Amino acid sequence: MSDVREALMVGRGSTGKPVARPLSPHLQVYRLPLTVILSITHRITGVGLAIGTLVLVWWLIAAASSDAAYALVSWFLRTPVGYLLLFGWSAALWYHFCNGLRHLGWDFGHGFELSQSRASNRMVLIGTVLFTVLTWIIGLAAQ
Amino acid sequence: MANPNKVDVAVMRSMLSRARGLGAAKSGTAHWWGQRVTALALIPLAVWFVATIIQLSHQPRAAVALWMASPIHAALLLALLAAMFHHMQLGLAVVIEDYVHANRTRVGSLLLVKAATGLLFLASAISVVRLAVAG
Repeated sequence: MSDVREALMVGRGSTGKPVARPLSPHLQVYRLPLTVILSITHRITGVGLAIGTLVLVWWLIAAASSDAAYALVSWFLRTPVGYLLLFGWSAALWYHFCNGLRHLGWDFGHGFELSQSRASNRMVLIGTVLFTVLTWIIGLAAQ
Repeated sequence: MANPNKVDVAVMRSMLSRARGLGAAKSGTAHWWGQRVTALALIPLAVWFVATIIQLSHQPRAAVALWMASPIHAALLLALLAAMFHHMQLGLAVVIEDYVHANRTRVGSLLLVKAATGLLFLASAISVVRLAVAG
């Protein structure tokens, strides 16, 4: 056995005798295709956005409560941590938005060919970067 | 002695409803559809939301209240919150169902997500209404 890949390819035949054979694609030895990485990213950004709604709710409650409460949330969102969170959520939102459009296309039966998936991979990534950068250019210019 | 010609039928109903996807879970594809319908609603609402946040982010509280006083703004924001929290609850439920296998933990966390998203929606919606009405 020369490396970990071979160690992971030990299975058992129908007689119970150990045989060396490939098991299912294993996370340690299988290089994930971009489509797979983008698929799990959709879920990760979804959970991240769910956490982000807490700040939106905080902002709305503060705005409906008092000047002091609103000043506190405004101050927090202008700290470096606040800006980092806002940047992360804006990128996550645009990613989830672009990849969500792709999912809706798939739901209607479009774009299942490998070449089409590769093209839509690129479109999702380019769209995310474009919309995020655009959001921040407009957002910072409005300040 | 029972009449051999009599057919004993307890339920005069075919199994068509089961075949149409209303099987043991009784809810069919409502979850799947709900996720897609809220996603469709969120396409325009999310773009509008980002534009709104950019506009309001540098405003004082009074200006936010003034903006919210427009019924169209308040209605769109409430629509966004409803679609968003429903979409979020459906999505988090799928994540939990995929990764949490112990029965009690799974059911517990599903209920927790439902309660949390419901309360977050109510708190944010009441805030919007209060801003819109009272300023």
